[in-house]
Amino acid sequence: MKHLITLFTIAFLIGCSSSTSPVDDGLENQIFHFGNGSEPQGIDPHIVTGVPEHHILISLCEGLTIPNAFGDGNLPGAAESWQISDDGKEYIFNLRQNGKWSNGDELTAADFVWSWKRILTASLGSQYPDMLYYLVGASEYHTGLIDDFNKVGVKAIDKYTLKVTLKAPTPFFIGMLSHYSTWPVHKDTVLKHGSIDDRNGEWTRPGNFVCNGAFNLKSWELNNRIVVEKNPNYWDSSSVRLNQIHYYPVSNVMTEDRMFRAGQLHVTSTLPSQKCPVYIEENNPDLRIDPYMGTYFYRLNTNNPVLKDVRVRKALAYAIDRKLLVEKVTKCGQIPAYSFTPPGSNGYQPDTSIPFDPDLAKELLNDAGYSEENSFPKLEILFNTNEDHRKVALAIQQMWQQNLGITVELVNQDWKVYLSREMVGDFQVSRAGWIGDYEDPNTFLDLMRPNRGNNKTGWENADYDSLLAKANSTNNQGERYRLLNEAENILIDNMPIIPLYTYVRNYQLSSDVKGYNPHILDHHHPKFIYLERD
Amino acid sequence: MISIFIKRLLLAIPVLLAVASLTFFLVKLAPGGPFDADKAVSPQVLKNLNEAYNLNASEWEQYVAYMSGILQGDFGPSFRFPGRSVSEMIATGLPVTFELAFYAILIALLIGVSSGVLAALKRNTYLDFIPMAIAMIGICVPTFLMGPLLVLIFGINLEILPVSGWGQLPGDKILPSITLGFAYAAYIARLSRGGMLEVLNQDFIRTARAKGLTEKNVVIKHAMQGGLIPVVSFLGPAIAGLLAGSFVVETIFQIPGLGRFYVEAAFNRDYTMILGTTIFFSAMIVFFNLLSDLAAMWLNPRSRDNS
Amino acid sequence: MSKSSTLWSDAIYRLTRNKAAMFGAIILFILILCAALAPWIAPYSYSFQDLELGASPPSAAHILGTDVLGRDLLSRILYGARISLLVGFVATGVALVIGVSWGIIAGYAGGKVDSVMMRIVDVLYGLPFIIFIILLMVIFGRNIWLLFGAIGAVEWLTMARIVRGQVLTIKNQEYVLAAQAMGVTNIQMFRKHIFPNILGPIAVYATLTIPQVMLLEAFLSFLGLGIQPPMSSWGTLIRYGVESMEEYSWLLIYPGLTFTITLFALNFFGDGLRDALDPKISSD
Repeated sequence: MKHLITLFTIAFLIGCSSSTSPVDDGLENQIFHFGNGSEPQGIDPHIVTGVPEHHILISLCEGLTIPNAFGDGNLPGAAESWQISDDGKEYIFNLRQNGKWSNGDELTAADFVWSWKRILTASLGSQYPDMLYYLVGASEYHTGLIDDFNKVGVKAIDKYTLKVTLKAPTPFFIGMLSHYSTWPVHKDTVLKHGSIDDRNGEWTRPGNFVCNGAFNLKSWELNNRIVVEKNPNYWDSSSVRLNQIHYYPVSNVMTEDRMFRAGQLHVTSTLPSQKCPVYIEENNPDLRIDPYMGTYFYRLNTNNPVLKDVRVRKALAYAIDRKLLVEKVTKCGQIPAYSFTPPGSNGYQPDTSIPFDPDLAKELLNDAGYSEENSFPKLEILFNTNEDHRKVALAIQQMWQQNLGITVELVNQDWKVYLSREMVGDFQVSRAGWIGDYEDPNTFLDLMRPNRGNNKTGWENADYDSLLAKANSTNNQGERYRLLNEAENILIDNMPIIPLYTYVRNYQLSSDVKGYNPHILDHHHPKFIYLERD
Repeated sequence: MISIFIKRLLLAIPVLLAVASLTFFLVKLAPGGPFDADKAVSPQVLKNLNEAYNLNASEWEQYVAYMSGILQGDFGPSFRFPGRSVSEMIATGLPVTFELAFYAILIALLIGVSSGVLAALKRNTYLDFIPMAIAMIGICVPTFLMGPLLVLIFGINLEILPVSGWGQLPGDKILPSITLGFAYAAYIARLSRGGMLEVLNQDFIRTARAKGLTEKNVVIKHAMQGGLIPVVSFLGPAIAGLLAGSFVVETIFQIPGLGRFYVEAAFNRDYTMILGTTIFFSAMIVFFNLLSDLAAMWLNPRSRDNS
Repeated sequence: MSKSSTLWSDAIYRLTRNKAAMFGAIILFILILCAALAPWIAPYSYSFQDLELGASPPSAAHILGTDVLGRDLLSRILYGARISLLVGFVATGVALVIGVSWGIIAGYAGGKVDSVMMRIVDVLYGLPFIIFIILLMVIFGRNIWLLFGAIGAVEWLTMARIVRGQVLTIKNQEYVLAAQAMGVTNIQMFRKHIFPNILGPIAVYATLTIPQVMLLEAFLSFLGLGIQPPMSSWGTLIRYGVESMEEYSWLLIYPGLTFTITLFALNFFGDGLRDALDPKISSD
């Protein structure tokens, strides 16, 4: 016992003696401590699929364009400038002549051609090849219909000129280039450690990794920390002020909150939902609530005999008080959604509406044949295990109970079971969320087209489909948005999905961090970020 | 005893094989695969992925391939983390969890045995009630409450200890070890009290006291040997349970241990990782159970198997 | 000491004399009563949300306050009692029955039988619990009895080991060997010598298992594998309480207190049981 007390005291003293927190220390050495949510699957831009991976990759590799932290649209990245042909199908990218890989090699157009070939190589098993399907011959190459990559619409005209040919004028093509699936990888490095389609190649290990971004991979401790350091070979390295970024895969939101408060993190990936109203009330200066291009919605299985009837679906939608939901349940600045596409996405304003009208809802239910004698069967809401989903589901369960008199059962399953049930249509109502891949309403509306893997509701509408096809074949933004709006109206009129609210990005950001501006897709290029205390 | 030790070690092999085989088929049964993602995977891509990981072969073929790999020491690549092998990941997480478990057990034994023995000796007095009451609290307070509470007090309010990490900031090993160890300390306290009480009432103790031996002599030389048998029996599964149960502490304190890998692998359906860590933990459990059985035998020669 | 009374009457006599144990028993009885009568005595339903109200500290309308969705905490604790007590007793019961029988047979039989039985325990020990639970939940649905069974099916393993250890100790003691030499049959041996001596540790271990089981259930809910919302047990109430420990402390304090009191009561009672059932402890 005596020894234990001594041990304890010593330990305490050791603890007390060092009082600079990582945040203080980071200020001096320009080290940015980043809370990143979960251990990244990897850092191969052609294999990974998540958001934590994006935050790391954006510091390591650079695509043709980079996100604009101070306004709309994209800024030049690896490409200095670009020209689009009049018919909108041909893009010429002029790459920087001083572009380099982190090992000093020159970055050329051929690198992009090889990289896009890699992601379109079926045996690699990339989950995002469809980002490039807009190119001529791309989907054919990927699905094996053609096997000559020369027939695909990307060519290196000369050392620094890249020509891209699209199937149809795709107005959002430039926006799509911010997605890491279109970023380049260093051919020699990849091939040195495996073949072009080797998923398990070790080229991404620290020491091997080569890419063209503002930072380079220094160390990677699994489930602990990833460190990247400034890349002197980056074409714009003189503008980069940070020396290192430390990424922490903190999966528990309460732990992350505590780490931020203890000065161990400069920025968190999210916020515990019960802390948000408290921080709002006390005017916490570190609280950030940024607009985010995402929609939280419920999928309805239109193949289900009860949900087949559009009146039932509309009744369910009209019986939800969205304002109450965001004010009393989610409580962090979310916005009630009355359309599927978040309003304001690149200037798009849908004019759809969903009233909160319990009487109308009950009437619709009666019209559909449900009443005292023929009572509405029990409905199941499927969602994956998560505090916030649980709260929303509970609130909606009560709303449907009170406003429609129907019984609802909540089924929460672990993530994989939830995914597999949604995939095979084994659900009635299922919770869902979608974040835009690029800044254009098409990233949402495309989801609900027939035969889309992400549709999952079984809803198909030929008019909707043709409207979207037409909209994507014109470059006239006004005309496009008119067509998209029409499609959106069809969607809301049929209600295969019930939009609930538009996401916001809520997180904590230390006041030492400058240049980390709100971005609608939450892309923050690290070359604009630096640490300074007022 | 050596022969028993060797015999049990040999028996461990079929045990581990059984665990591996059962687990293999168990994980394949659970719905949801390693490549299911929020953004739906096209059937084409899924086929390619399954191909790359030999998931298109028949169950039996996969089983045979996997088991022969194991026998050669190859646990396969992680399904979730391309480019990482399971052995590599286990090698990263293991030392951390081991260290955490070691400190926790140390704290648990120190606090638990001393308070349990004390309580037994001073039965029905305050020195019995108070340590046992604290022990009760240790049992009632789950780690997911103890951890955040300690962090709140020492990390956020008093600011003398770090809030997370293992080996990154000075003093960051203290709170997690206490959190994990305290619950076990409580169990050990109660078990040792119970065991000691059993022993203290036996005739040979009365004899020893009558002979005039000092209390300290009686307790340490004679009573504890038998009285701590329940503790020793408990230690085997406790240590093994610590390794797996450290998941909660590792999550709260952001510790890169094997417990987190294990649970996350289960939720990600990272088949090879699940199998690898299961076999590994199993081996640990068998080993520690064996050690604790042997220790119990050694402490009480009479409990050795007659046949 | 009078030896003419039976084991049981002796035990009951000693138990009822033990003030602490009786105190514990009374508390348990009250709790079980409250749990059973919950639908009648709870002021609100456990699931009714008052979204406008949100989380509020104890007040006249809500004696113990409300949670973030405006649900009455007292009612949720009462209903939670049903789940927790059920899990505690049923799962522990399952574990007891299987574990004790297994341990006794293995310990007493010895030799190959013992070896095989304990190796089976080793194998089952090694299987990944979480996967097992996920599978169970998916294949058989979210049946609460199945959950209890599953938890019991895991807890019995440790119980078996401990019981076996005790049996081995007793088996080799002099009086047992002497009785064997005198030709006492196995059944008599068991009843008169083995069983009374293992009851003590079993009782203690059972009282240790119950809180473990309740917490295991909370852990499962933490992972999304346990009780479905809007139902919750004390374990899950405590977990939600921990998350809002700073903002809404009552959400942690009251469920935590209830849980602690119950476990203290269980413990006093268990201790009393152990003392009562131990034939060797003199009543001092």
